[in-house]
Amino acid sequence: MPQSIGIPKEVFSGERRVATVPDAVQKLIKLGFTVLVQSGAGDAASIGDDAYRAAGASIVPDAAALWSDSDIVFKVRAPTRDEVSLMREGGTLVSFIWPAQNPELLQALAAKRATVLAMDSVPRISRAQKLDALSSMANIGGYRAVIEAAHEFGRFFTGQITAAGKVPPAKVFVIGAGVAGLAAIGAASGLGAIVRANDTRAEVADQIKSLGAEFVPVDYVEEGAGGGGYAKVMSEGFQKAQREVFAKQAREVDIIITTALIPGRPAPKLITAEMVQSMRPGSVIVDMASEQGGNCELTEPGKVVVRHGVIIIGYTDLPSRLPTQASNLYATNLFRLSEELCKAKDGRFNVNMDDEVIRGTTVIKEGVITWPPPAPKLSAAPPGAAPAKPVVKAAAADKKGHGGGGEPMSAASTAVTFGVAAVLFTLIGIYAPAAFLGHFTVFVLACFVGYMVVWNVTPSLHTPLMSVTNAISSIIIIGALVQIAPPVLAGSADTLRPVTIIRWLAVAGIALTAVNMFGGFAVTRRMLSMFRK
Amino acid sequence: MSGSLTSVAYIASTILFILSLGGLSNPESSRRGNLYGMTGMAIAVLATILGPRVSADGISWIAGALVAGGAVGLYLARTVQMTQMPELVAFMHSLVGLVAVVVGFAGYIDPTAAADMSPAEIGIHHTEVYVGVLIGAVTLSGSVIAFGKLSGRIGGKPLLLPARHWLNLALLLAVIGLGYRFLGAPSIDEGTTSLIAMTVLALLFGVHMVMAIGGADMPVVVSMLNSYSGWAAAATGFMLSNDLLIVTGALVGSSGAILSYIMCRAMNRHFLSVIAGGFGGDAAPGKAQAAAQPAGEVDAISPRETAELLKDAGSIIIVPGYGMAVAQAQHTVYEITKYLREKGKNVRFAIHPVAGRMPGHMNVLLAEAKVPYDIVLEMDEINGDFPQTAVAMVIGANDIVNPSAEDDPSSPIAGMPVLEVWKAETTIVMKRSMASGYAGVDNPLFYKENNRMLFGDAKKMLDEVLTALKS
Repeated sequence: MPQSIGIPKEVFSGERRVATVPDAVQKLIKLGFTVLVQSGAGDAASIGDDAYRAAGASIVPDAAALWSDSDIVFKVRAPTRDEVSLMREGGTLVSFIWPAQNPELLQALAAKRATVLAMDSVPRISRAQKLDALSSMANIGGYRAVIEAAHEFGRFFTGQITAAGKVPPAKVFVIGAGVAGLAAIGAASGLGAIVRANDTRAEVADQIKSLGAEFVPVDYVEEGAGGGGYAKVMSEGFQKAQREVFAKQAREVDIIITTALIPGRPAPKLITAEMVQSMRPGSVIVDMASEQGGNCELTEPGKVVVRHGVIIIGYTDLPSRLPTQASNLYATNLFRLSEELCKAKDGRFNVNMDDEVIRGTTVIKEGVITWPPPAPKLSAAPPGAAPAKPVVKAAAADKKGHGGGGEPMSAASTAVTFGVAAVLFTLIGIYAPAAFLGHFTVFVLACFVGYMVVWNVTPSLHTPLMSVTNAISSIIIIGALVQIAPPVLAGSADTLRPVTIIRWLAVAGIALTAVNMFGGFAVTRRMLSMFRK
Repeated sequence: MSGSLTSVAYIASTILFILSLGGLSNPESSRRGNLYGMTGMAIAVLATILGPRVSADGISWIAGALVAGGAVGLYLARTVQMTQMPELVAFMHSLVGLVAVVVGFAGYIDPTAAADMSPAEIGIHHTEVYVGVLIGAVTLSGSVIAFGKLSGRIGGKPLLLPARHWLNLALLLAVIGLGYRFLGAPSIDEGTTSLIAMTVLALLFGVHMVMAIGGADMPVVVSMLNSYSGWAAAATGFMLSNDLLIVTGALVGSSGAILSYIMCRAMNRHFLSVIAGGFGGDAAPGKAQAAAQPAGEVDAISPRETAELLKDAGSIIIVPGYGMAVAQAQHTVYEITKYLREKGKNVRFAIHPVAGRMPGHMNVLLAEAKVPYDIVLEMDEINGDFPQTAVAMVIGANDIVNPSAEDDPSSPIAGMPVLEVWKAETTIVMKRSMASGYAGVDNPLFYKENNRMLFGDAKKMLDEVLTALKS
């Protein structure tokens, strides 16, 4: 028996999103579900009942009927007390829940023996990206924050030179380069503003630059990445350095967009009243963290206020201000989750707690609270330091095994090397005749010259280097040349000399080296002529 | 020509050789460097022939041998394909080794060479002969095996005899023992017997040494043999009391040694462990692999989709490997590069130091295909740019782009610096199949979400990509 999915109209005041859209309805029906939509659910997102009906959904006249007829309910905002009381015993709910902030809600839902999946608890692992509703909402929020700022800001974003005078481009400073921050950077630079951004996590500097913004660093070494790709609370020293950087930016820029959030804590206060005061009149601050108390001291959640001539936007419903887009993306996220929950495509949810993604998302399973989930095995962006350590250790252990390559020699091994060399040289000095020592000097010096010269060879020319040194090593031909027909020495043991053997050996030697000599130089020449700019 | 004049000529050619190596520091001066080398060699040969140690009746023999050998050499240089450069270089090394052996024997059986020497000098002279022949023979057989491996006549897998280190030690002791007998030999005939026996042992040693080294370590082996051929020349120089030979041999020897060192460092491996043979040494590879078996699905794409990805990308980095050389795909790669660059895209090449089978192998292939060398970058220059790159295209490379070298301490290639292609937005890996690289390590890159696999022969696939791009 296939299950029914119900979509109620959102009751939170000002909420304009809806949990599914006609496209997603069709896909859900393909998975085997039946879909019920409360009449008028999509009105605020410009989606009429007819559109849902055309996609195959049944329209239910009121909320009470919808909640009682649906096995599964998809919602955007966490349910109100009234909605929970409407809910069917043992039903399933998929919605934003914020379990950490709403313990009573969890208790109430558990009392209904419900199964609840929280879209805010989707684990941040690569596989779960397609159902990460937080990211898709943050993306919309970041975009909308720029649009709100542009709406309140009294000037162009882009610089222009017109007949009526020169317009400087707006300067935008984005604090926190998560999904929302990056979306804001993209939107603001798309409008032509000069964008700067800051984040405590050093790894996002490249992402900031890739969007065409300038990364504003804080000159204080501390890694800001906590678990799961989120930021963490920073030390006092860092915060002081950070405040100085922000104060300087506040004096220079026209628009500040703050997105700094730390999971499970109130938003850090990054923009002080003095910083607001130092901004030019008419400047705009968009505080995307206002729901968690705001990054700016003067923010009033849900409102636009003017303080010291600066417009401070504290809207908490930025995604809802783009209702059609937000509903579309959210509906897709929910559909992806449904796919994960209904792999058999039989129209029934199978809440498989062995699946890492489903385990993390499920906060109540059949009346039992399962939140918080065990820590995810791998974060989306590992902070780097932790996995790097074992590698270093392994390398160090390795080094003991065979003396280690690549690093500069330790003082002890340098001493040993010099010691061995000294002993060798002493031995040679004691036993070798003078004639040999002359050659030996030349040999050692030549080794050093070779060493110095070859280090300068560019790696791209290593093959030609090998072939030219190979050609040069045909100098051994001299050995064969002097053997072939040395001048006859009077009164020597010349009669004993096996002339023929030596001559043939020497001729063979000369011929073989000639192959090497001519071949080597010619092929090097051929190679080098190919290198061009 | 007097003896002093010859010496002066030798000094001139020594300087020319040093300038020749110095000239290779950048592509512009490199052609002049090669010219210096040729001039130096011509001066050295002429000075020797015209000098006091060669009499007039040798000249016709010399001319004949030079012409015959030179013709063969020029023919080889003309006809060799750039993908076969490693084989050619290995083959030439074997010649130098052979000549060192030949000259050593001739020098030993020639009584005039040691006619007016004191007993101590004769001792040293004989030691020099012995060492020269030893190094020459190892170079000879080692290079022949390397040539066989590089040209595919011998399998690339390391041949690991049981107790191979003991075998090597036994060979070394035998060589020392024979050397003792050789130095104490009462007559030249008896000494020759010892010398021949040692030569055979040295040949075996060379064979065994290179057989035990796997295909991925070939760049180290080739440069090491290059070094040996230099030391062989230097030893011959000692034997003949010829400073030019000593200097040149030492130059070549240290150059090869540095190259080997650079290659080892690029693989984060110790020189001795490469020479001791077998990738991963004594570590149990089975265990390491079991620990790090990446799982997941690979995402295969077609040449047409590859072309789409390239069309949409603003910046592209191409990472060539041995697979490109095997498939002779370098010209097609350049056609694609040229097309994309005309479309205003930033296309660059990233070269890992040990890509291919000899140092600088990839650079030569790309140069042959006329890729401008200023878009061909080394690993250190380009590794930081991957995060800002839309598409990284890996052509026939595997171990040098394996992320487990960085994040899996139990991997046999842990700690080897690798090209961080996975940091690009999308990676495309071209491979013939899912087989692992020479190191025998599976590659987690293939299973990454932003990776696409393009299976097939590199040349054929790239031709199709090019057609799709132009249509």
